[in-house]
Amino acid sequence: MAFDLKKPTRRQMLIGGGLAGGALLIGVAVSGPSRRDREDEIAAEGGERFVITWLKISPDNVTTVYVPHSDMGQGPITALAMMAAEEMDADWNLVRAEQAPAEPEFANESLGLFITKGRTAPDMLAGAAETLWYNVAKFMSMQITGGSMAVRYTGQHGMRIAGAAAKEMLVKAAAARWDCSTGDCEVRESIVYRKGKNQSATFGELVADAAEYSPSAAPTLKTPDQYRIVGKPTKRFDVPGKVDGTARYGLDARPEGLVYAALRQSPVFGGKVKRYDASEILKRRGVKQVVELPVGVAVIADNFWRAKEAAAALDIEFDDGGNGGVSSASIFEGHEKALTGESTEDKETGDAEGALKNAARVIEASYRVPYLAHATMEPMNCTVWVHDDKAEVWVGNQDPLGTRARIAEMTGVDYDNVKVHPMLLGGGFGRRIPYRAGFSEFPSEIDYAAMIAREVDAPVQLVYTREDDMRHDAYRIAVANRMKAGLDADGNPVAWQNRYVYKDEPAEAPHIPYAVENQSIRYVDNPTSVPRGPWRSVAHTQHTFFNESFMDELAHEAGRDPYDFRMALLKDKPRHRAVLRLAAEKAGYGGTLREGHAFGLAVQQSFETIVAEVLEVSLDEDNRPRVHKVTCAVDCGRVVNPDTAEAQVQSAVIYGLTAALYGQITIEGGAVAQGNFPDYPMVKIAETPVIETHFIDSGAAMGGLGEPGTPPVAPALANAIFKLTGKRIRELPMSIHDLSPASGKFAQAAD
Amino acid sequence: MPISFRVNGKEHTLDVEEDMPLLWALRDELGLTGTKFGCGIAACGACTVQVDGMAMRSCSVPVSYADGSDITTIEGLAATHGAEEGGLSPLQQAWIERQVPQCGYCQSGMLMAVDALLKDNPQPSDDEIGQAITNICRCGSYPRVVAAIRDVTRA
Repeated sequence: MAFDLKKPTRRQMLIGGGLAGGALLIGVAVSGPSRRDREDEIAAEGGERFVITWLKISPDNVTTVYVPHSDMGQGPITALAMMAAEEMDADWNLVRAEQAPAEPEFANESLGLFITKGRTAPDMLAGAAETLWYNVAKFMSMQITGGSMAVRYTGQHGMRIAGAAAKEMLVKAAAARWDCSTGDCEVRESIVYRKGKNQSATFGELVADAAEYSPSAAPTLKTPDQYRIVGKPTKRFDVPGKVDGTARYGLDARPEGLVYAALRQSPVFGGKVKRYDASEILKRRGVKQVVELPVGVAVIADNFWRAKEAAAALDIEFDDGGNGGVSSASIFEGHEKALTGESTEDKETGDAEGALKNAARVIEASYRVPYLAHATMEPMNCTVWVHDDKAEVWVGNQDPLGTRARIAEMTGVDYDNVKVHPMLLGGGFGRRIPYRAGFSEFPSEIDYAAMIAREVDAPVQLVYTREDDMRHDAYRIAVANRMKAGLDADGNPVAWQNRYVYKDEPAEAPHIPYAVENQSIRYVDNPTSVPRGPWRSVAHTQHTFFNESFMDELAHEAGRDPYDFRMALLKDKPRHRAVLRLAAEKAGYGGTLREGHAFGLAVQQSFETIVAEVLEVSLDEDNRPRVHKVTCAVDCGRVVNPDTAEAQVQSAVIYGLTAALYGQITIEGGAVAQGNFPDYPMVKIAETPVIETHFIDSGAAMGGLGEPGTPPVAPALANAIFKLTGKRIRELPMSIHDLSPASGKFAQAAD
Repeated sequence: MPISFRVNGKEHTLDVEEDMPLLWALRDELGLTGTKFGCGIAACGACTVQVDGMAMRSCSVPVSYADGSDITTIEGLAATHGAEEGGLSPLQQAWIERQVPQCGYCQSGMLMAVDALLKDNPQPSDDEIGQAITNICRCGSYPRVVAAIRDVTRA
């Protein structure tokens, strides 16, 4: 796709791209440094803007929206098209949407906002700070889907403005054609009408004239009462291809002459190849060559099964990089030690130390969570073809532009000669990011694919087996903390102290919404050899479990109902109170439950969205937790597509429930002990609870929806288990705990 | 020894190892990429196809087992319900109506498994669905899978 972009001449947010192939193009740009890949050039050209979102209106009256985000099933392509179409007053049946190509003109807005807010890109998205590449990426190479950002940033600040500006230009063109004022015109369903006259013109008929106008920098946006597309359940563009087998994921790339690569990697993180002998496997049918990488050997064959069977049979030895003694036990031991040492301030208010001394009662508890793998249904894969000083890449991931930069660096091919074909993603959840914190120690499948492709004279598809995928993930970190709180004589919390391991993104995740006057939240670090990365809702997963479980402990210690206790402490947080109240009401909290059932609840704000969940739980005949119903109340400001919004909350709840019940990656001998679904189990249909979701249309600034449903699940479950059994779960997952009455933990009766 | 079978009504003869899993014969030899690789050990169901009408996890079925069989993959599912070229089966239509897929990667296998269940048991109870459909979906499309099944079984 080639866009002839009029060079913007002044600082403006909108760019009229003019006509291209007879179609009108409108783009929204953000000011920012240039896309040049050398720092001195960046400095010289600083201030050049790049375009993050495009609308194309064709003479046949079809509007195409190019969305700079990956659709992992969370529906941003459809939702963002809805937002643009809404402002345009387009006929939804004439709207199409496509994922934007991996061109710098489509770097996305979220980056722009990080820059304009004076913040740097978050570490979880930006990779290793020490590389020049990072600096380039920070400024131009990001096309990230993550942080629940698509709708609230690209949609709110890109799509709506582009749509509104397009409409204004089209109306100006119509008014000029009819020699009337723009106020005499109105727009409905992709047609401009002249009020009171029998005159009309479609958008398509007006595009040539409209291209003569410059878009207004601040077009008038519609108010929610005028919406007719946003807020209505709308079918996604990507669904039909996903039911008839035509959808193409990364693993389905089939360029002519494709060969397949399977990797025999050092199981131990940081391990390297000591020796190998490929002579036997090279005799196998279909095996073409082997490529040595620092961490292992890739076997290339004409069929992936042949490649993986040969890789498994390869005679190879690894060293352990000095990490062979690392285990989950040693890691937690290190955490506990770190927690007794020097800590760094996260948040300090009042005098927690003093308040703890004067408290009527002090409550202490330690919590732990294990490593978690993402286990996307589509194992990691990347297809690269290096030929004639060019590189072509076929991959589905959360940052096609970042991939392009990474492939350029790894193959040595000039950035401009790298072409990325974005494919569908078979699940993301934070896993499909081509670079990550600590990147230099922990290269990814994107790097390996590039290294292999340099040595292979054909397009080569690197495929991870499920075992590779589970043993070489970038894990949700395993962490621990120590909580201490003081209650006054009336049971009100007067001090909150939290010492935790590892300050992760987002920065506010460890903070509590509750009115506790004296707070001391501090962190320590204990680096390990295990790769880490963002996992759906990132640091909120562990901190919500810590904070909302401990808050429940305080409520019980104070002899108060956990709901009433929270509501009192949320007196300054009306939105939190509203979601908690709604979830409790809809769940029937406080009412009579079936014998042997109990409620547990939790509330958390993440990515600007507040979610409260009430779980109804019992124990089955084998004393395993059984979740019957999850009632969710969600305030994300405003819902764009209620159908996908509901699906996202269901999805986030089930993802969180799988982790809370079963999720556990353990390290033994420096390597991951689990390898496939039987030892990293998933919730399936039979265990899926009824999930009820209620949205609050608060009109507050839009929040994300892909992630915020996940964090409250684990603490709400643990709180229900306490109610049922009197046993306080301070370490996940549930499956490691014996919940039977015989476990001897029943002495402490639940109130 | 050549192995012959029909896939979506079309005859194929393959000269491949007898123990090559059917999945890789379909994907890498025949280019039918609608059937997905998820785990390789029959634990997730992403690779489910129908062999002589029975749902099977093709990653763990040796291609020799399928010799002489009629295989249906997602690409041929609609045709087995008499749909015209480019058409859909009622189940696939229900999947769109309910907007079941999210990332969609598991849905080929999910549809093939549910289609086979409904042939055996046109009115499954919730428990029967839970016992028969053990496919893994990391996006958590399960509530909508069940809702779409109900749309078809109530129709």
